[in-house]
Amino acid sequence: MSFISRSIRSVFLVELLSGMALTLRYMFRPSITLNYPYEKGYLSPRFRGEHALRRYPDGEERCIACKLCEAVCPAQAITIESEQRHDGTRRTTRYDIDMLKCIYCGFCQEACPVDAIVEGPNFEYSTETREELMYNKSKLLANGERWETELAARISADAPYR
Amino acid sequence: MVETSIKNYNINFGPQHPAAHGVLRMVLEMDGEVVERVDPHVGLLHRGTEKLIENKPYIQSVPFFDRLDYASPQNQEHAFVLGIEKLLDIKPPLRGQYIRVLYAEIGRILNHIMNITSYAIDVGAMTPMLWGFEEREHLMEFCERASGARMHMAYFRPGGVAFDITPKLCEDIMTWAERFPNYIDDMETLLTGNRIFKQRTVDIGIVSPQQALDWGFTGPNLRACGFAWDLRKAQPYDCYDKIDFDIPVSKMGDCYDRYLIRVAEMRESTKIIKQCLEQMPKGPVKLSDNKITPPARDTMKQNMESLIHHFKLFSEGFHVPAGETYTAVEAPKGEFAVYLISDGTNKPYRCKIRPPGYVHLQAMEMMSKGHMLADVVANIGSIDIVFGEIDR
Repeated sequence: MSFISRSIRSVFLVELLSGMALTLRYMFRPSITLNYPYEKGYLSPRFRGEHALRRYPDGEERCIACKLCEAVCPAQAITIESEQRHDGTRRTTRYDIDMLKCIYCGFCQEACPVDAIVEGPNFEYSTETREELMYNKSKLLANGERWETELAARISADAPYR
Repeated sequence: MVETSIKNYNINFGPQHPAAHGVLRMVLEMDGEVVERVDPHVGLLHRGTEKLIENKPYIQSVPFFDRLDYASPQNQEHAFVLGIEKLLDIKPPLRGQYIRVLYAEIGRILNHIMNITSYAIDVGAMTPMLWGFEEREHLMEFCERASGARMHMAYFRPGGVAFDITPKLCEDIMTWAERFPNYIDDMETLLTGNRIFKQRTVDIGIVSPQQALDWGFTGPNLRACGFAWDLRKAQPYDCYDKIDFDIPVSKMGDCYDRYLIRVAEMRESTKIIKQCLEQMPKGPVKLSDNKITPPARDTMKQNMESLIHHFKLFSEGFHVPAGETYTAVEAPKGEFAVYLISDGTNKPYRCKIRPPGYVHLQAMEMMSKGHMLADVVANIGSIDIVFGEIDR
């Protein structure tokens, strides 16, 4: 009996036709693809994207040049130089991130004691030259200003879990 | 007509061949279309990971493990943190263990979807991959919601995991796990009975049980040869001993059996994921010992003691008592192990990585000899190799 049923299945291409019927059924299902530049996938508050240096609401830089991020960076992508400012506080004179070296592990934002360096929600910062991805302090601070609303919302949303 | 003997000729397979699964270069000695000798050349993706790890505090090496086998990053991290925990003689809290097992199994499904569907493409079936990447997208979104990165999570830490997962995420993983077997069924409708797929895989690259042992097979490749050997059962780590699952075993040891084993393993992994979510207790996800795990951010900002711990941990790291350990986990590809020697400082003295793919690749000649050139492609796909871990 099994021989007969197997032969019938084989002659009538049952497994091929059932596979084709399945693909045909899939054809009428609603499409799951996203029309990318206009539609984007979900991003959680924890997403680790482009870096930004934040400021306090009064405009003062948060970064105190403690260099923890530089120490913890596994790819050694961060370079910091600092000196004492005229008002006696310590601030960075140079804060460079080599975005080509960066592996986006998020250790810098975990290490930062003042929430200054953060990895923001932006993942669309491709450039045409490598040089443009050597971020310096002004670029990072500009990022911080541009994304501040989202960054603050993300940090407060995720605060209970950190 | 004078009879002439034709000399065998060598061809280079890869390193840019799309079926070589990365940067595999194989020098094949061909007798017509029949393979006489296979000589895999490795090292094109060598990055010196082991030496890099030896020059960094333990915690900074976690992201390197993501980048070994980039099809299942979670499992490699798991091996490394388990090794450190063994040396430190600590055990993470139960919730941390469950989250790690949950994500290790998500990594296993990610890997098997990637392997099975790309294998199907290698032997001529395109649709499973188009469907499989939808499921991978969901899983990577779960990874992103837990850790912040879709692939290279850097989420497992010595003493637990980096952050807790949200209740909403647990719910979503559960809904996904209820629905996922439908995808496996659909994929099996297309592949398992399909005569073209079977012609390309059945009786190709047969490995006998003795050969499998001789060549050091582990993981699904070993189970396809008839051994019910699974490190999750044989030497349970984390909370695998509290979870009920089966080890799929097959007998023939050919490419088709290796495919079937992986399909069955995806079903088992779905079972494990569901059990993890059901059994997961409330509580902390990492040890409260601030010598090893960083303190919570709000205490760090208010408490001097915590701030000192925070600074020590992120600059110097923690010191690990002198000793050595060989810690193995059941990665989706086989036994992935880390051999760590600590000399009592904050950096490992030696970190040897035992990648399963490297061991399986050496059996290519044994499996492919006497087969056609097209079967070499089927063999490469079925032993599931990724060059990130082979070349390290």
